[in-house]
Amino acid sequence: MTAALVLIAVFTLATAAVALSLRNLIHSALLLIASWFGIAAFYLWAGAEFVAFAQVLVYVGAVSMVVLFAVLLTRRSRADTVIAPDSVARAISAVITGVAVFGVLVAAILKSSLGRLSPAGVPALPGGTSVSPVIFAPTATVREIGIQLMSTHAAALLIIGILLTVALLGAVVLAAQDGSESKQESP
Amino acid sequence: MSLDPLPLCLLFSSALFCLGLIGALARSNTILVLLGIELMLNAANLNFIAFWRYGPATSPATGVMFVMFSIAVAAAEAAVGLALIIAVYRHQKNIRLQEANRLKG
Repeated sequence: MTAALVLIAVFTLATAAVALSLRNLIHSALLLIASWFGIAAFYLWAGAEFVAFAQVLVYVGAVSMVVLFAVLLTRRSRADTVIAPDSVARAISAVITGVAVFGVLVAAILKSSLGRLSPAGVPALPGGTSVSPVIFAPTATVREIGIQLMSTHAAALLIIGILLTVALLGAVVLAAQDGSESKQESP
Repeated sequence: MSLDPLPLCLLFSSALFCLGLIGALARSNTILVLLGIELMLNAANLNFIAFWRYGPATSPATGVMFVMFSIAVAAAEAAVGLALIIAVYRHQKNIRLQEANRLKG
């Protein structure tokens, strides 16, 4: 159980680290797809199957394609996917910042009592009113998710639909050629 | 060093977050900065799932709901961000962050 988690974590972190340090943008994007697959594997490991498939659909399917198209649309020549090396001073300061943040986070995680109130069979809530057997391994079947989306979270679902529509229309408006300008320039 | 699953998941997600942070700070290519930000968002989603699975009891599908809405917002953010990158590229034929300084006083 834990060994699988460690394997998934090592795979995801290694692919993400290599992806963010490469100079070829296409290779970076492809390695990040592998990293997103690792995250989907983590969701499967944790028992959230629906989220795992949503992750594969949205990130591996859609976001990766948008990223690859952006890489290909913003190059100047056919071989221009290899970018110039970045400044070393910035990289060093970024690594120092990242390691410092990681140190703070690790200290906070190791000092907290989170692991001890994990649901090892004992109800952790004082009062224990709503503690049910699902506490040990909460499951979310697709049927249950659908019912909750349509009842409890219906308003949130509508809002997220509007947000997605507006954001995608805005993306099209931003990225589209400005037709009027080019028409005025051409004659 | 405890080997409980919850601290391990949290360590995993904080390592992923810091990788994304380092990537977003160190690289000067806009697409790579955006990908670093995506990695940080993914790390937050990992935390939601870890707490849903191993944390104190909640209602059954709370963490899953959170992550689904978060993934939807992340997809919208990626689309708008990449459209912005394409618009910037059309104006100055370059997507290095250092060159996008036209507003500098």
